[in-house]
Amino acid sequence: MAAINRDDVAHLARLAHIEMSAEELDRMAGELAVIVDAVKSVSEAAGDDVPATSHPIPLSNVFREDVVGHTFTAEQALSGAPDSDENRFKVPAILDEA
Amino acid sequence: MSTDATLSFEEAMEKYDPVLGFEVHVELNTQTKMFSSAPNVFGDEPNTNVNEVDLGMPGVLPVLNKTAVESSIKIGLALNCKIAESCRFARKNYFYPDTPKNFQTSQYDEPIAYDGYLDIELSDGTVFRVEIERAHMEEDAGKLTHLGGSAGRIQGADYSLVDYNRAGVPLVEIVTKPIEGAGSRAPELAKAYVAAVREIVKNLGVSDAKMERGNVRCDANVSLRPHGRERFGIRSETKNVNSLRAVEHAVRYEIQRHAAVLDSGEPVIQETRHWHEDTRTTTSGRAKSDADDYRYFPEPDLVPVVASREWVEELRATLPEPPAARRKRLQADWGYSDLEFRDVVNAGVMDEIEETIAAGATASVARKWWMGEIVGRAKNADVDPGQLGVEPATIVELNKMVEDGKINNKMASEVLDGVLAGEGTPAEIVEKRGLAVVSDDGPLLEAIDAALAAQPDVADKIRAGKLQAIGAIVGGVMKATRGQADAGRVKELILEKLGVNA
Repeated sequence: MAAINRDDVAHLARLAHIEMSAEELDRMAGELAVIVDAVKSVSEAAGDDVPATSHPIPLSNVFREDVVGHTFTAEQALSGAPDSDENRFKVPAILDEA
Repeated sequence: MSTDATLSFEEAMEKYDPVLGFEVHVELNTQTKMFSSAPNVFGDEPNTNVNEVDLGMPGVLPVLNKTAVESSIKIGLALNCKIAESCRFARKNYFYPDTPKNFQTSQYDEPIAYDGYLDIELSDGTVFRVEIERAHMEEDAGKLTHLGGSAGRIQGADYSLVDYNRAGVPLVEIVTKPIEGAGSRAPELAKAYVAAVREIVKNLGVSDAKMERGNVRCDANVSLRPHGRERFGIRSETKNVNSLRAVEHAVRYEIQRHAAVLDSGEPVIQETRHWHEDTRTTTSGRAKSDADDYRYFPEPDLVPVVASREWVEELRATLPEPPAARRKRLQADWGYSDLEFRDVVNAGVMDEIEETIAAGATASVARKWWMGEIVGRAKNADVDPGQLGVEPATIVELNKMVEDGKINNKMASEVLDGVLAGEGTPAEIVEKRGLAVVSDDGPLLEAIDAALAAQPDVADKIRAGKLQAIGAIVGGVMKATRGQADAGRVKELILEKLGVNA
């Protein structure tokens, strides 16, 4: 992986909706570069005989039967919501549709 | 709202070659959600079909619904796909209130099904192969209602209300490869493709497949290139085109709009378009930007899905006959012409005719009743023919009465009205209404004598061998008996009376 520069950090911060100051961007670019280097050393240790893995636990097919379990009431569901109306979560208008 | 310039469809086709692509989302009809045991039910009170997993509360773990995986594999098989030996889920990260987790659990680099195809039959019988890139599992998002400002529109809304009942409902997203070579059939192909996918998932029993409820949703990609050029043009993606008719119209409109943009020398903007059914146009949504950087990464809370070949073959063995193959078989069995069969399919009575034949009617009798009698009544009542409530046994009984000479076709139609009005069984209605073909020869002979006496010249013609003249006498008898005579028997008696051998 290429080194992480300040622009990359600013880009990620914007995507993650995290506001960062100029100083924070500078500092984080340096810290992330060190972390990426540390992770890179893993690929040096792993030879061609080690397959890529996305999961540390050697399990597959952990399934649930298709049987209805518990639900919340609307009141419970909304109990932690900052705002609600008509049994629904009330959120600010967001123009950018995902 | 500004209106985009368009070329006529014909002119657009003269100058450009369309390339299509579809993403069809199918909601599965499992009892529960993809990763939680909350019920998967449409139309309930808001935020009652949710639990801590659907609301993305801290520390919760998703657990995969086995039935949803099996349904996904069945869809993959029905689309002639390969089923991945092993696949995994990924997080698609974005910020929008339709997902409380700030990511959608989906599949990215390892879909459960890939490399398939679907042969689509167009209205004139042309078969067009659509290649399937992949079919992957994911979860649906919550439903937002935009309020305040100009009501219902996202632009100018003051706030939105969110219902998470739909959040986590199992989805299979079916993605085609670029579809080239459709030419001017592109809009028709678009509609036929979505119709075929809908029919397949309905036939598999894995989805309710109601487009009006969003069970099947289509995003249509369109691009144009000059004829003869290999490189694709820049595409637009029209979102959530939610009826078969709208799919056809949206593709046609986008072709016309792209053509006008290209003609003006401007590049097409790669963007999302919103379809408006009322004006049959699209408007610009959001330009693709780095907001589309979803930073997918493997979902750490779910382990891989391994589909053993035994499991896949077990599921393959449960697949019903594909709809297209079934149609071919039924047409051959019934001996209908292409036109007759297409009319039956378009009228939506293929299943009903199959049931009627199974109940004992011949293929031609079943068709005569459904196409000749029932479809028209359903149209008047503004319901589907199958919903009119005509039982196959009723048709068989009515037909038997006609064949036995108890009633004629006109009376049978009247009896059917009685059945639909809830007056009882055909036999009861015949009894109650006093409907019966006059089969006692006495009254018939009297009427025949009278008719012959009234038209002596016609009688002479028949005696002379001009048998086609007999219609006038039969007509007279039918009139005298108020249509209750058996026309066949009347004919026999006239010939007997006049001593003519037919």
